[in-house]
Amino acid sequence: MSEPEINPWLIIAGVLGGALVIAPGLIWLERRLLALWQDRYGPNRAGPFGVLVVLADTLKLFFKEDWIPPFADKLVFVIAPAIVAITVLMSFVIIPIAPGFIVANFNIGILFFLAMSSMGAYSIILGGWASNNKYALLGSMRGAAQLISYEVFMGLSLMGVVLLTGSFRVEDIVNAQKDMWFVVPQFIGFVTFLIAGIAETHRLPFDIPEAESELIAGFHSEYSGMKFGLFFVGEYLGIMLISSLVTCLFFGGWLGPGFLPPIVWFLIKMFAFIFFFILLRASLPRPRYDQLMEFGWKILFPITLLNLMITAGIILYRSGAELNIKF
Amino acid sequence: MQVAFYIAALVAVISTIMVITRFNIIHALLYLVVSFMAMAVVFFILGAPFAAALEVIVYAGAIVVLIIFVIMMLNQKEEAVTQEKKWLTPMVYVGPAILSALMMGELVYIIYVGESHAVGQHVVDVKELGKTLYGPYILAVELGGMLLMAGIVGAYHLGRQKKKVIHRFLKEKED
Repeated sequence: MSEPEINPWLIIAGVLGGALVIAPGLIWLERRLLALWQDRYGPNRAGPFGVLVVLADTLKLFFKEDWIPPFADKLVFVIAPAIVAITVLMSFVIIPIAPGFIVANFNIGILFFLAMSSMGAYSIILGGWASNNKYALLGSMRGAAQLISYEVFMGLSLMGVVLLTGSFRVEDIVNAQKDMWFVVPQFIGFVTFLIAGIAETHRLPFDIPEAESELIAGFHSEYSGMKFGLFFVGEYLGIMLISSLVTCLFFGGWLGPGFLPPIVWFLIKMFAFIFFFILLRASLPRPRYDQLMEFGWKILFPITLLNLMITAGIILYRSGAELNIKF
Repeated sequence: MQVAFYIAALVAVISTIMVITRFNIIHALLYLVVSFMAMAVVFFILGAPFAAALEVIVYAGAIVVLIIFVIMMLNQKEEAVTQEKKWLTPMVYVGPAILSALMMGELVYIIYVGESHAVGQHVVDVKELGKTLYGPYILAVELGGMLLMAGIVGAYHLGRQKKKVIHRFLKEKED
C-alpha cells in the first residue's frame, strides 16, 4: 500500500489527543444515555445538553485534596493508578485508525495488546493491596480472580482471526476483511472476545472488583483527587480500546463504502460498541466472582478451544484442497 | 541497540537482586515483574519479539498474578518474616552458592569462548518459530502438552469435592 507518509509525531499526537479527549467525553455520554434509558434527564445544566459537566467534574477532581492514607503503602499506592493509564494508552499504539494512521505497526500487535492488558490488572491488585483496607483488599482479590477467569479465553478467542489472516499485525487483519468482515466466520470468537473485553475493562456486569453496592468502591475506596480520576479515566480509555479493537478485528476497522473517509467509518463503528457497553451497564445485573470464574472456565474456555480447532481444521482442509491432497 | 540491551540487562540484574533482598513480599513481587519486563526487552532486542510478548503475557501477567492471589489469601504478617529469618542460617546458603558458582563459571566460559550472535541481526518471526516448534522439536512440544495435561488432571482431582448438599429429609434417613 502506498499511502502518503504522515509525520509519526503527528500520529502519536492524534491518537493520544483523541483518546484523552474522547475518554472524559464518554463520562458525559454515559450519563446522558443512562438517563435516557432510565427515563430521566441526566446532566443538562452546564452548557448545551450539559456537555460542560465534564469540565466541572475534571476541575473538581483537580482541586480535591489528594490524600494518601497514613496506613497505606505509599509508593505502591501512588504507582497503581499510573499503571492503568499507562498500559491502556500503550495498547492504543497497535490500533490502525485509518490506512497508515497507526503509531507502531508491530508484527506482534495482538500479543502486545494481550501483554498490556495483563499488565493493566496490576493497577487493581496493587491499588487494593496498598490501600491496606478490608474493602479495597477484597476488591483487589476479586480483580485477581477475575483476571484468572477471563485472560486465557480472551487470548484464545482472538486466535481464530489470527489463523484466518496468518498475521498478528492488526493492519493486516483489517486488510484481510475486504471481502467479508470476520464477525461472520468468527462469530463465536467475536462473542467470547466481547465478553472477555467487558471483563477486562471491569465494566458492568463484570465490575466485580469495584462493586459499589457491596464493597463501597472496591479497590479504589481510599483514592481521592486525581488518583481516583486516573482510575476513572482509565476505565473509559479501556472501553474505547476494547471497542476499537473489536472494530478492527471483527468489523473491518476503517473499511466501508467510499462516501465517507476511513477514519469516520472507524469512529462510527467504535462508538456503536461504546453505546453497547453503556447499554450493558443499564441493563444487566452483576454476577458473583465465582460465577464468572465458572462461566469462563467451564463454558467459554471450551467454546473458544472448539472454535479454534474447527477454524484450524477448515483452513487446513482448504489449503489441502488447493494442493490437491486427498483426505 | 547495544546500549538499550545493556540498560535492559542492568535493570534485569538489579531488579532480580531486589527480589531476593526485599522482606515485603509484595514489593519483591513487584520487582519480579520489573525483572520479567526487562527480560522481555532483552528478548525483543535480540530479535525474538514473540518470546518477548509471551514473557510478559505468561510470566509477568498470569503467573505473578497467581502468586499475588495466593499471597493475599495467606496474608502473612511480620511473624512469618522473623520465622523465615530463623530458618535461613548461613549454612543453608553453602550448597546453592557452590552450584550457582559452577553455573556462573560455565556462563563466563561460554561468553569467552563460544560464538554469540550480534544484537538485533536476525529477527525470528512467529511463522519461523512455529515451524521449528512443530518440526524438529515436536517431541518436546508433545511432552510438554502431556505434562500440562497431567497437571490439569491432578488439579481437578485435588479440587474435586464430594457433593455436600444433601436434602434435609435424606439426611435424617441416614441418621
